Amino acid sequence: MTRFSYADGIRQAIAEEMDRDPNVFVIGEDVGAAGGVFGVTKGLFEKYGADRLWDTPISEEAVIGAAIGAALLGARPIAEIMFGDFVTLAMDMIVNQAAKTHYMTGGRLSVPMVVRMVTGTGGSTSAQHSQSLESWFVHAPGLKVVTASSAEDAKGLLKSAIRDPDPVMFFEHKQLYGGRGGPAGDVVEVDPIPFGVGRVWREGTDVTVVTYLKTLEYTMKAVEALAEEGISCEVWDPRTLVPLDREGLRQSLAKTGRLVIAHEAPVRGGFGAEIAAFAAEECFESLRAPIIRVGGTNTPMPYAPVMEGFVVPGPERIANAIRRSVGRPPVVSSN
Amino acid sequence: MTDGRTTTRDDGLELFERMFLIRRFEERASQLRAAGLIPGFLHPCIGQEASAVGVCSALGPDDVLTSTHRGHGHMLARGADPARMYAELFARIEGYNHGKGGSLHMIDVDLGFLGANGIVGAGIPLATGAALQQKRRARGGVAVSFFGDGATNEGAFHESLNLATLWKLPALYVCENNLYGEFTRQDQHQVVKDVAQRAASYGLPGVIVDGNDALAVREVAREAVARARRGDGPTLIETKTYRHRGHFEGDMARYRPKGELEEWLAHDPLDVLSRRLLAEDVASDSDLDEVRAGVERRLDAAVEWATERAHPEPADALEDVYVDAMRGAALR
Ligand SMILES: Cc1ncc(C[n+]2csc(CCOP(=O)(O)OP(=O)(O)O)c2C)c(N)n1
Ligand SMILES: [Mg+2]
Repeated sequence: MTRFSYADGIRQAIAEEMDRDPNVFVIGEDVGAAGGVFGVTKGLFEKYGADRLWDTPISEEAVIGAAIGAALLGARPIAEIMFGDFVTLAMDMIVNQAAKTHYMTGGRLSVPMVVRMVTGTGGSTSAQHSQSLESWFVHAPGLKVVTASSAEDAKGLLKSAIRDPDPVMFFEHKQLYGGRGGPAGDVVEVDPIPFGVGRVWREGTDVTVVTYLKTLEYTMKAVEALAEEGISCEVWDPRTLVPLDREGLRQSLAKTGRLVIAHEAPVRGGFGAEIAAFAAEECFESLRAPIIRVGGTNTPMPYAPVMEGFVVPGPERIANAIRRSVGRPPVVSSN
Repeated sequence: MTDGRTTTRDDGLELFERMFLIRRFEERASQLRAAGLIPGFLHPCIGQEASAVGVCSALGPDDVLTSTHRGHGHMLARGADPARMYAELFARIEGYNHGKGGSLHMIDVDLGFLGANGIVGAGIPLATGAALQQKRRARGGVAVSFFGDGATNEGAFHESLNLATLWKLPALYVCENNLYGEFTRQDQHQVVKDVAQRAASYGLPGVIVDGNDALAVREVAREAVARARRGDGPTLIETKTYRHRGHFEGDMARYRPKGELEEWLAHDPLDVLSRRLLAEDVASDSDLDEVRAGVERRLDAAVEWATERAHPEPADALEDVYVDAMRGAALR
């Protein structure tokens, strides 16, 4: 049996791209000798050395700024922000600099940088280590935004991100890594996955569920249960939020006519709103039910596990949204 | 002291008690986490007790503090209730933050403890602002910020020190230099060895002190507090110390050179103080034993109380987002 975790996918993508292109390097806090707080870059330092893995001080703005500056001179830096929450300290570099460099310079300069961010909840990591900030970057033209939901996708999408000529914000859900420090898994060949191509995880005819990252897992659980109730769901993962595979989504909606969007980020202003707006504006004639968004409550992330479970949408909440979409009553859990 | 002693019996034992309380609070927290009672992160401050207690023992009731991810010691040194701290770590309603914060965000508003912080360096500008308000309201209060060596590589540190000197704010910047930022040794994350040197760039005094000697720390803290209260501006204090454990619970700290921990264990802050109290004949072994036993009893009771507290309701998650949630409208 092949053992190939999400962390393996990311690590292998980095290694293979470093083999391919000497201009690729990793930069971030404890990414080198320590192998990353989540063990994602483990073993790379021993193999590639300090010139390819730059351990930085705790200086997020300088880390991202350095990645951008190096990229301006032809490097292909992969910057890691340990917990995506800390990206806030580097927002000027990302939003005012990297995102606009190509445009402001009339196309003369570009920033082929990847910013890898650990996102989402991971069991009581609470308010400043659990956020899902992807929609912020969707709103800054000039950035591409990737959400990798499986080991293969992580590998293929990261390869494309590294080769991409533009700045790419790359989101990795901490619950998907598959544990820290375990032995590295098998090498699985994955080609670069082109941006702007969604993935159908399950085909269905009644409802399209758009989802990504950890919420994809919860959604798969929900739709398996719903299949027994006779509801057929199509699970569609955009994989890249920018650029968005509008055609893929359009086709799915043409088939199902119903749309539910599920993500961990707070509902208000979340990426679900963008999907809903696209469907309402461009696929209105396909729709035969109101669009429903399922997401985190509009609150910061609490510490207590019972409250965290309330905030983050799980299989039950997703299933009820789908039931509502097809006009069935919700099922209330016994606990 | 005129008799050649560095402190009195009451004072010495009180300092020892605070430090021992912190030590045992942390050791027990680590066991309680292993037993499954604490769901989130823990960054134990074992080995750094003298820095917290030395500084806090120089403060008055109007003074306020900001802290870090490694904040339990600062909070206990300020006089926080270990029972409510455990309740928070256990994610119970009667915890300091009603189960919403956990270790990384713990506060005690009544004590002027404005919070631990999950963001490295973030407490520094917050303390700077608190010092600004202390100055504006002119009651003689100061603001203290604790932070690590690693945090001094964040822009927030540099911007804050510049501002505080420019405006002569009544602030104490206390860098607990424990030689590591996460898994990275200080010489791998900054070229200066003494963080206190950085004070020169901003025009404030930078003082280095043995961070494992509570009395020495208190002395420099008192001077800095006096200076701040006089209106002469902020001081940067660097307490040289060491964390005995890994960066967080679960980190085996394999990145440390052999023998380093042992060297620091020989300079354990609790021993430094107790040895001095005994050598100067300020306190006896049985005095110290009595203090230890009292702390254990207090922590027994604290854990028991915290364990019996109720868990929050899931929907409590919706409370406290706004002061005025406009009957829930702001949450939608
Ligand atoms: C802005 C930010 N970057 C990174 C982290 C992750 N992190 C948490 S603690 C820590 C090390 C802090 O080192 P130092 O300031 O020396 O404090 P110490 O842990 O030694 O007490 C890091 C990198 C964080 N919490 N916030
Ligand atoms: Mg440190």
